Amino acid sequence: MTTPSTATTAAAPRAHAIPRHISAARCFYWSLLREFWEHRALYIVPSVVAALVLAGFLLGAVRLREMVRAGLNLDAAHQLANVQMAFSSVALAMMGVTFIVAFFYSLSALQSDRRDRSILFWKSMPVSDVITVLSKATIPIVFIPLITFVVTVITQWILLLLMSAVLVGTGFNVALLWTQFFLGPMWLMLLYHLLTVHALWYAPIFGYLLLVSAWSRRGAFLWATVPPTVIVIVERIAFNTHYFSNFLAYRFHAGPEGGISPNLLFMAPMSNLTPLQFLWSTGLWDGLALTAVFLTGAVLLRRYRGVTTS
Amino acid sequence: MNCIEARGLRKSYGATVALDGVDLSIPEGRIVGLIGLNGAGKTTALHAILGLTPYQGGLRVLGLDPWTQRDLLTRDVCFIADVAVLPRWLCVSQAVDYVAGVHPRFDRGKAERFLARTVIKPHSRVGELSKGMVAQLHLALVMAIDARLLVLDEPTLGLDILYRKQFYESLLTDYFDATRTILVTTHQVEEVQNILTDVLFIDRGRIVFNRAMDDLESSCSEVEVAPQHLAAARSLHPVHEREILGRRIFLFDGVNRRELAALGDVHTPSLADLFIATIGNQAYAAPSLPSQPDAQPNSAQGVAQ
Repeated sequence: MTTPSTATTAAAPRAHAIPRHISAARCFYWSLLREFWEHRALYIVPSVVAALVLAGFLLGAVRLREMVRAGLNLDAAHQLANVQMAFSSVALAMMGVTFIVAFFYSLSALQSDRRDRSILFWKSMPVSDVITVLSKATIPIVFIPLITFVVTVITQWILLLLMSAVLVGTGFNVALLWTQFFLGPMWLMLLYHLLTVHALWYAPIFGYLLLVSAWSRRGAFLWATVPPTVIVIVERIAFNTHYFSNFLAYRFHAGPEGGISPNLLFMAPMSNLTPLQFLWSTGLWDGLALTAVFLTGAVLLRRYRGVTTS
Repeated sequence: MNCIEARGLRKSYGATVALDGVDLSIPEGRIVGLIGLNGAGKTTALHAILGLTPYQGGLRVLGLDPWTQRDLLTRDVCFIADVAVLPRWLCVSQAVDYVAGVHPRFDRGKAERFLARTVIKPHSRVGELSKGMVAQLHLALVMAIDARLLVLDEPTLGLDILYRKQFYESLLTDYFDATRTILVTTHQVEEVQNILTDVLFIDRGRIVFNRAMDDLESSCSEVEVAPQHLAAARSLHPVHEREILGRRIFLFDGVNRRELAALGDVHTPSLADLFIATIGNQAYAAPSLPSQPDAQPNSAQGVAQ
C-alpha cells in the first residue's frame, strides 16, 4: 500500500476501520463447521446405524434369551467370546458404513459447490484455497474416524446395558459381562485401528478422491473408479502382471496392521499392537507423501480450474 | 491511487479471445457500469479483477496483483455474482455466523439490522427463500462488510422490479460513499443509468467507450433531424443514425449542442441508445466480421434490453 492511498483513506469521510485479525486457525475452524452444516450425513448416518443396531438387538432379544438358555452348558469363555463377537460386529458395521460416507463425501467435497455455483460465494470470502482443501481433507481423514469411534463407543455401551437387562433372569451370569468383559481394551484397540488404518493408511485414498472431486466436472464416481479399473485390466491383458492391482490391494487391505483379522483385532491382547512396526513401515510414509501430492493437486485445480463446472 | 488499473489485460480460452488488451483506470469512489453483450468479456474481466482467473498483461486492484495476492485482496473486495449463488442448504443464521467467523471487516450488527428490515427469518434455509429474498440476504451480508471495492455481476438478473429497485436504492443509501468503489455489470441498463458515475462499454474483449456520466450529458446528443437538414446533420459526423417511424434520429458525440439545435430537437441520449449506437457501429464496421448484407447499424437493438 502506497503512502498517498493511506492519506486518501484517512481523509475520507468515514475511514475504513483497521480490520481485526482473523487467524488461519479461525478460518479453518469455520470452514470445518461449514462442512458439518452442509454434510449432515456425516453424523446422521452413523447415528441412524447405531439406532438400527440397538433396535435390531431389542427385536432379537427374545431369541437371544432362548439362545442363551440353550447355550448355558457352554463354558464362560465361550459365552464371552460370543458376546465379544456381537460387539465387534457393531464396530465393523459402523466402520464399513462410515467408510462409505467418507468415500462419497470426498468425491463431492470439491465438486458440489462448482455445480451449484456457490463456489462464487465461498471464493468471495477471505479463505484461501489451501484452507478450503485442508478443511475438506480433515473430514474423512480425522473427523469421520473420530465420529466412528464416539458413536461406536456409545452404541456398545448402550448395548452392554441392554444386554445385561435382557439377560437378567436367564441364568446367564450377568456379572460376568461387567467383570470379565472389558470394553476398555476393546475401545483402545478400536481407536488404534481407526487411527492407524482409517486415518493414516487410508489417507491417500481420500486424497485421491478429493483430487478427482476437484478435477471432474461431473460424474466424479466414474472418474474415480473407471480409470483404476481400466489400468488393472489393461495391465493384466498387455503385460499379464498385477502390479497395480497389488498396489491397490495393499492399500485397501490396510497394510501391516491389516494382517490382523477383524475378530482378532478386537479380542487380541494389547501386545498384538505394533505401533513401532507401523510407524517404520514405508507403506505408511509413501501413502502420506502421496496424500500430500494429491491434496496439492486439488489446491492447484481449485485455483486454476475456474469457478464453474460448465 | 486508482482502485483498478489495467494495462493491456488479455485472456483467452483456447482460440477464443475473451479479453483483448483492456486498458482501464477506475479511481476510488466511483460507481462504474461495465456494459456489453453476452460473451463480450464482462464476466472474464470481473473474474480477472477478483483473482479468480489468471490473465496476461498488467492489472492492479487496490494496489495488489489479484492473481498472486488474492488472499490479501479478498479482505478488501466483495463480490456478488449473479443471484442465487448462496448454497441452498445454508441457513440464514449460519450464513451470518460464517461471514462473521472468517471476514475481518464484517459488522454482524449491521447485517442483522439489514435483515431485520426484510421478512427473512433467521432459521430459514436459502433453498426456502424466494430469489428476491436470497438477493436481499446476500446484499445484507455484503453491505455489512467494510470493503473498498464491491463487484456486482448481474446482481438483479431475474428479480422482479420491486427487488431490483430496492437493491440499488439500498446500495446507494446505506453503502456507497467516497471511499468505496462499485463495479457493476448488468443487462438492465436503464436501471443503473441513474446511479452510475462512469460507464464502460465492452465489446469483443475491448473497452470501446469509457465516459463519466457527467461528461456524457454534456458531450453526447441525440437529435431528431428535420428532413431538410439531413445532409447538414451527416456532415457533422454523427456516430449513429437510425430511423424510427419515419423520423431520422442522429447521435452525436462531442458536437456543440447549440450547433445541433438548428437541425432539430436535441436530447441527452439514453445509455441504451448510446450502447446500441456504439456497439452496433463496431459490429458494422468490424473488418473481421463476415459480411452481413442486411446488417443495419441498429441490428444489435434486441440484445441490450
